[in-house]
Amino acid sequence: MEILLSFITGFLYASGIYLMLRRSLVKMILGLILLGNGANMLIFLLGRMVKGEPPIIPDAAKTLAGIYADPVPQALILTAIVISFGLQAFAIILMERAYKFVQTDDLDQMNSTEEDI
Amino acid sequence: MLLAILSGFILAILLPLLKNILRGGLFILLSALPLSLFVYFLSWLPEVKAGGDLLFSYQWVPSANVNLSFQLDGLAMLFCLLITGIGSLVFIYTSSYLKGHPYLGRFYGYLSMFMASMLGLVLSDNLLLIFIFWELTSISSFFLIGFNNDSEASRKSALLALSITGIGGLFLLVGFVLLNQAGGHYSFTALLNSSPDLASHPMYGWILFFLFIGAFTKSAQFPFHFWLPGAMKAPTPVSTYLHSATMVKAGIYLLARFTPVLGETVWWNGTLTLVGGVTMLYAVIHALFRIDLKGILAYSTISALGLIVFLLGIGTPESLLAATVFILVHALYKATLFLVTGIIDHETGTRDVTRLAGLNKVMLPVGIAAFMAALSNAGIPPTFGFLGKDLIYDATLRSGSLFVLLTGAAVVTNICLLFTGFKAGISPFVGPLPQEFKQVHLPSPLMWIPPLLLASCGIVFGLFPFLIEGSLLVPAVSSLLSTAPDFHLQLWHGFNIILLLSTITIGSGIFLFYYLQSSESKLAWVSRFEPFSPKSVLVGMAKGFALFSAAWTNLWQNGKLRHYVFTIMAFLTVLLAVRFLQGIRLNLNLQSLSDLAFYDVAVLLIMATSILFAVFTKSRLQALASVGVMGFCICLIFLFYSAPDLAMTQFSIDTLTVILFVLVLQKLPGYIKEESKAIMWRDGILAFCFGTLICILALEVLQEPLHREISKYYAENAYTMAKGKNVVNVILVDFRGFDTMVEITVLAIAALGVSGLLRLSTRKPENK
Repeated sequence: MEILLSFITGFLYASGIYLMLRRSLVKMILGLILLGNGANMLIFLLGRMVKGEPPIIPDAAKTLAGIYADPVPQALILTAIVISFGLQAFAIILMERAYKFVQTDDLDQMNSTEEDI
Repeated sequence: MLLAILSGFILAILLPLLKNILRGGLFILLSALPLSLFVYFLSWLPEVKAGGDLLFSYQWVPSANVNLSFQLDGLAMLFCLLITGIGSLVFIYTSSYLKGHPYLGRFYGYLSMFMASMLGLVLSDNLLLIFIFWELTSISSFFLIGFNNDSEASRKSALLALSITGIGGLFLLVGFVLLNQAGGHYSFTALLNSSPDLASHPMYGWILFFLFIGAFTKSAQFPFHFWLPGAMKAPTPVSTYLHSATMVKAGIYLLARFTPVLGETVWWNGTLTLVGGVTMLYAVIHALFRIDLKGILAYSTISALGLIVFLLGIGTPESLLAATVFILVHALYKATLFLVTGIIDHETGTRDVTRLAGLNKVMLPVGIAAFMAALSNAGIPPTFGFLGKDLIYDATLRSGSLFVLLTGAAVVTNICLLFTGFKAGISPFVGPLPQEFKQVHLPSPLMWIPPLLLASCGIVFGLFPFLIEGSLLVPAVSSLLSTAPDFHLQLWHGFNIILLLSTITIGSGIFLFYYLQSSESKLAWVSRFEPFSPKSVLVGMAKGFALFSAAWTNLWQNGKLRHYVFTIMAFLTVLLAVRFLQGIRLNLNLQSLSDLAFYDVAVLLIMATSILFAVFTKSRLQALASVGVMGFCICLIFLFYSAPDLAMTQFSIDTLTVILFVLVLQKLPGYIKEESKAIMWRDGILAFCFGTLICILALEVLQEPLHREISKYYAENAYTMAKGKNVVNVILVDFRGFDTMVEITVLAIAALGVSGLLRLSTRKPENK
């Protein structure tokens, strides 16, 4: 599974970057989302994959023992997901407003500073 | 001593307060400061003559070995008297010259700041202190040149002067640092005692290079001379004080000061002789063709500075004596001529020598001063200038194998200098008075007494050289030489070759003066060579550099986001690729593939398909839906592989994002018709390479052993210390609680941003 997931992660990165390099603002943001998910997958992957052993201490025990999924990458990814949501929400609204202002969603034309508008 | 140096700065600071009291004609009272300083330095004369070591040291930054240490020797004394003496006269002159000027207070502030910096420069014993004062003179010169700040030409000249002398100052600093490393001291006196080691030091050449650039920029030597004519945009008192008598001599002071430490090598003497010689000839020939009085004086000043550097370069005791005497000679007559020019400009409103004539009839005392200065400039006996020229010829004749060449250059320079002196000092005053100047009258005595006084000094010192010989000149020369100098100044040497040369000089100079008439057409003829002048070359280089940097900036900072992303990613890819080229250790355990459950494979396949779809579909809604599907697939992977919290978060966030996007999407236009295939391929290849590298990276890291100390700590302490069973949650809200709080803050800021954007009025700007 790790091997396949490595490929998927690379694929996520590649498609994210490809979309970010397109002219359309919508594609740029989709690319951003893909790239963010790719990063999450990479962290998750590097914390190693463990099936069916969530890092939750059983009722009877006081500590985790034996095989368990690594809690640290999970905490990191949880934070990352939430933050990237903040970023995406802001970017989406910004895109909408920017379009209303300059009447284009072509990134190549959105390259002037405010004086020129 | 410290107070004497700092008093100018103190005055400059106090002036804004004093300004209101001094309003009116009371500014002349400020001359009391340079005058009392002049008297103060005069009072030290006996001690300097006795040759005592006059060192004044005050602790400043002992940890960095920088102390306020000042040394008053003969050379410093000569300069101090020039600075304060001419300074007093300029202060008096200015009070009348700029009478009623709204910024007169400011002008005096700059002037006294300059005087203090200059005093500090010549008195400092510490190299870093010299550098600080050196820069201060450049800065005050900048303000004084740009004093008429409503004129663009004057602002440009000020900037040019500052950039040339400022760059020179930086070179000087480097030179000083190298000197410190080679000699081991920042103190000049300490360096003086270790000088034999310096000439053989491997860094000697570099030290000379940096020091020379510093000195040549300041003293307007070829090819850095061009800032000085521009600096004549300053009010005339400034030209007198800074740009002929004192500041431009700072470079010469530096060279003279370092002669005993670094001098007497081929490189030192050769460079100085060559640069000085070229400067004096180049500038004096330029001076011949000027028609603006100040232009003539500016170029003849450059030439005179070149002459002094040339003499320092010859480096024999005779030439050092000649240089020292000529510094004084030149300061006396050139300051006079500048002050006279100022009067002419002030009263007639023009400085054009082709129009000025016959002014003797309306301002005789000024004419007398100018006449005496011109005589001294020409080196006609019995003036001090005659003595100076004698010494110059004496020095060049005894300079060794090249004496014919050097003497020839000196004679040509002196002939032309004589011409410029007559042009500036005599021709405006003789002949018939033109109608337009009939109304001109003599200015206030405050203006004509200073030049008269200076000019008379030139005569008096010529007639009675013993007045200054023992007290001033001998100590000054002895600080340049290791052995005590033995000379005696006198007007009459008997009939010899020097007298012959002097006669030739005077004769051909006067002939030239009668023969060569200045005119516009000659000036225009000279200007044709302007594109080849160092100024044009340097300005052209600056323009070229500006063009290059503009093109460079436009290449990388072209305002296109895609371009930036591409550059960054391409660079990162290359970095990663270089790393991987050094060897990849991949041994894929393909056996593990057989453990795959069918739902794993199914999820991954759906995911891959949805990503492909998101990239290539033409419909925005489909792309968005595919991204949503991909998010849910990730959610499933989290679920399968023991991360229930992540699955829940991913699920809700993914849903929210898609909903938000859909709401906005309807207000946006459809996809742009894509650009060329080539660009798509280019981006595609880059994206593919980067994705591959990430994949390799992941596979390689997976082979490394994992250190789980941190996880173990959390796993053991989540319940025992924080009383929570879900370790991920405990980490977030307890162990790393502060991080989570900051994260919430970030979200709050994003929310504020979103709400701000939503409230933002989208009314279009007027001009659209």
